[in-house]
Amino acid sequence: MYTQALDTLGAEAASLGEGALEQRFLARVDAEEKIEPKDWMPARYRNTLIRQISQHAHSEIVGMLPEGNWITRAPTLKRKAILIAKVQDEGGHGAYLYSAAETLGVSRDQLIDQLLSGKAKYSSIFNYPTPTWADVGAIGWLVDGAAIMNQIPLCRCSYGPYARGMVRVCREESFHQRQGYDLMLHLARGTPEQKRMAQEALNRWWWPALMMFGPSDANSTHSGDSQRWKIKRFSNDELRQKFVDFTVPQAKFLDLSVPDPLLRWDEAKQMHTFGPIDWNEFDQVLKGNGPCNVERLAARRHAHAEGQWVRDAASAYAEKQRQRAITQAA
Amino acid sequence: MSNTMEEGREWPLYEVFVRARGGLDHKHVGSLHASDARMAIDHARDLYTRRQEGVSIWVVPSKEITASDPAETDSLFEPARDKIYRHPTFYEIPDEVKTL
Repeated sequence: MYTQALDTLGAEAASLGEGALEQRFLARVDAEEKIEPKDWMPARYRNTLIRQISQHAHSEIVGMLPEGNWITRAPTLKRKAILIAKVQDEGGHGAYLYSAAETLGVSRDQLIDQLLSGKAKYSSIFNYPTPTWADVGAIGWLVDGAAIMNQIPLCRCSYGPYARGMVRVCREESFHQRQGYDLMLHLARGTPEQKRMAQEALNRWWWPALMMFGPSDANSTHSGDSQRWKIKRFSNDELRQKFVDFTVPQAKFLDLSVPDPLLRWDEAKQMHTFGPIDWNEFDQVLKGNGPCNVERLAARRHAHAEGQWVRDAASAYAEKQRQRAITQAA
Repeated sequence: MSNTMEEGREWPLYEVFVRARGGLDHKHVGSLHASDARMAIDHARDLYTRRQEGVSIWVVPSKEITASDPAETDSLFEPARDKIYRHPTFYEIPDEVKTL
């Protein structure tokens, strides 16, 4: 419904100066009004949103892979049904987000091309492997937990289609986190071997989960504008702190230990202090040198190529039906 | 807007409307790509009603929707603002008068 969106911008932008339009735009953002696809917006706002929403969409799609490879090996039918539902949700989240990005004037094919060509980024977390069943639990609990922390403020972001998409995503994400914790709980209360498996998964995912909040505030390049435009409501470090404060007691309940010798409760500040994050590792994974970067992209490319004949067949069928309707009408 | 779309390679975009329960209006919930309307319904079912969110789905090709122009918001909607006599609360009726 937004394909005609750009047509009206020329006339409106011509009648008002660019500066006046930007002032009016900022005033609307300040007043907590939502910016909609057909509204005038600064090019930088548009580009920031396209970058952020498409990266978010790519993350959901690539995020299907680390857990997807456990579907055939889930220990029970119940766990298998849950995991299929969760992975399907991730695909759905990707679809909502691609739709939101498309309202800004970029096409779905362009976005898919950017992902498959390796040009686009996605969340670094999905470049880590899932060697055991416990990793599925740790991902739901920690990775989806961190994602929720990031995404809840996005439900109030200034861009209408993104905010509405995030409301839908957050509603579904809670199931992801709870099924993960439930899985961890069962392992932690199981045999010593199962408990060890849960502990090892926590050890693997703890630090990458903390990295999901992005660089520390001092080194975050995109934060200033995003906060001004109310795309981003809290800083990376604020959200990371909140995540640690929420999650440490949950780990304690599981009777598992968080792999950080410097972690402690600061009574005066009423928050946890924790050890330094290895930003070198984060940079390496972002640059494509994580444990599974090559594998993930190869899996996406393979899936896309393998699905080509299905897309072609559907297009051919639709065209045949269209031609038949024309012939019958004549 | 998109070159690929003009070349006709990308599947058309459909807007999706879902009726949450019998008796309610269909409400816009989002959009999706599909090769035809039938597939759009199937995809809408998978994408927007995984948790019993609906009992009926409409899909409409996005290009068939004509929308009002935000630049004309004032001229379209402003005239209704001062017509408060269109609302029942504009009229003060004496307390003695019942059932009105």
